Amino acid sequence: MIDPIISVRNLTKQFGDFTAVDHISFDVHRGEIFGFLGANGAGKTTAMRMLCGLSFPTDGSGFVAGYDISTESEQIKRHIGYMSQRFSLYQDLTVKENMELYGGIYGLSGKEIAERVEHLLNRLNFADHKDDLVGSLPLGWKQKLAFMVAAIHRPEIIFLDEPTGGVDPMTRQQFWELIRLAAADGTTIFVTTHYMDEAEFCDRVTMMVDGQIRALDSPANLRKQYGAESMEQVFYKLAREAKRGE
Amino acid sequence: MKIFLSFVRKEFIHILRDVRTMLIVLFMPVVLMLLFGFAITTEIKNIDLMAVVDQYSPDVRGELTALENNPYITFKGIIHERDVDVKLRSGDCVAVVMFARDGKRNIVLDASNPSISASVGSYLTQILQGVEAQEAMNNTRFGTSQQNVKLPVTTYMRHNPQLKSAYNFVPGVMGLILILICSIMTCVSVVREKEMGTMEVLLVSPVKPIYVVLPKMIPYFVISLINIATILLISHFVLDMPVYGNLPTLLALCVLYIVLSLALGLLISTLVESQMVALIICAMVMMVPMMMLSGMLYPLENLPPGLKEVSFFVPARWFIEAIRKVMVEGLGMSAIWKEMLILTAMTVFFFVVSLRKFNDRLE
Repeated sequence: MIDPIISVRNLTKQFGDFTAVDHISFDVHRGEIFGFLGANGAGKTTAMRMLCGLSFPTDGSGFVAGYDISTESEQIKRHIGYMSQRFSLYQDLTVKENMELYGGIYGLSGKEIAERVEHLLNRLNFADHKDDLVGSLPLGWKQKLAFMVAAIHRPEIIFLDEPTGGVDPMTRQQFWELIRLAAADGTTIFVTTHYMDEAEFCDRVTMMVDGQIRALDSPANLRKQYGAESMEQVFYKLAREAKRGE
Repeated sequence: MKIFLSFVRKEFIHILRDVRTMLIVLFMPVVLMLLFGFAITTEIKNIDLMAVVDQYSPDVRGELTALENNPYITFKGIIHERDVDVKLRSGDCVAVVMFARDGKRNIVLDASNPSISASVGSYLTQILQGVEAQEAMNNTRFGTSQQNVKLPVTTYMRHNPQLKSAYNFVPGVMGLILILICSIMTCVSVVREKEMGTMEVLLVSPVKPIYVVLPKMIPYFVISLINIATILLISHFVLDMPVYGNLPTLLALCVLYIVLSLALGLLISTLVESQMVALIICAMVMMVPMMMLSGMLYPLENLPPGLKEVSFFVPARWFIEAIRKVMVEGLGMSAIWKEMLILTAMTVFFFVVSLRKFNDRLE
């Protein structure tokens, strides 16, 4: 297998005259937590959609888990997990039923599914609630479950699109704990966020402004480079240059 | 196949846990059938009738007896000529037959509801003429007739001798209700996944769109079969709608039609982004052309040239035409193959377009 696990060169996406993603290039290493930061409309989601095989690039190339994003999106889909910014489990199915459904989608056998469900629920200390309807759970729990469901088929990479929107700080802490656990198991995490304190938890972060990557380094190095005390200040310095409106 | 089955299971769970919606889709047809069958009716069921008789004769007696014995007429008595207006006005009767001294018969009607009074009038005329014709024939046969008797024209109503409106409405209402409910069910269920965000996750997974979409149709197909059964039972036992044709033909036609409607809902759901829009399209945008251009309310023959061609694209039109042939005229498959073929073609078209559209969404 190739290392890095994600490799992107001059990736571009145009919608008519509008260049949403403008010649971005970067590598993501296996097992790292890679933060993708930027203001709303900077092109984060578009870039991520191309990596997940949801959208074809206009120009440039990219490889995810060793597969070409332009031609092998079906292969890529088998090797990644995805959690969108909108909550995406079925509210009228129980916790277990949701996990079984997604396990089935990824072609796991009944035995494998049972093992994974037990393992993941134990990790969450949530085994008692496996027959609860997802709709009856608090939002924080739903988000944690959604992450676990995204990991059910042991993907090599998990893409998280603003996973912690709308949850309380406490739950966000717990959520990031899960992310760290998954990364420790060797899963690569690709996460977009606009909470700058979360950027501190990442091994490396990129800052996207106007469809381009303006900075890419570890949070500590970025703070040093921009003479800032926090990632928040780094973000302000970079985002100020943005020409696109919100 | 395993994936397919796990989606089918998921769809059944969705429906079974949403009891309220399930009850609505199961009871809506019942309510609509009863509404259309009973409330919206132009048929004459119970005519309150009075008569004014100037002079009794055997002819008059014969005709009075015929009126009194008619099951659709409640004969409320002989009144004086000066009371006619009062009785009609008070609603004691809706029609008065006046037997004049010179043998002329006049019918006075309460025409506040013109369509009912028109049918009451023609119905009464028919009865009186029938009796007269009978008498005239008897007279000629026995040679007692002194003068030349003019035989009146007699009209026979074939297929629907009592002019029951159920014969007209039931096929139409079936055509409307089935397509409405089936298309609403599928279109909402696909769009709901888009709204909930679950569709996005499914698209990122390796599952093929057809595995997501086709299982949605299966539980709704089962519900639609139940609906067909209730609709047919209601129309037969409550609305006295006969089924002269054979049942397998009828069922084949209905099943084809619900598959078409489910596919139509699928097509709509691939085109819109919210349940609200899907509902508006299904319930309102489709409903009006469906009622006007399907022959349900107005005969298609009356349509102006341009609209007549438009009606070719209304699926309900072909269904209603075919089901009238089967239920009312008692014709078999050989008489409705053209309609079946057109409906099949439409179904295939809806499927192909919606699956293609769905693949596009992956991009």
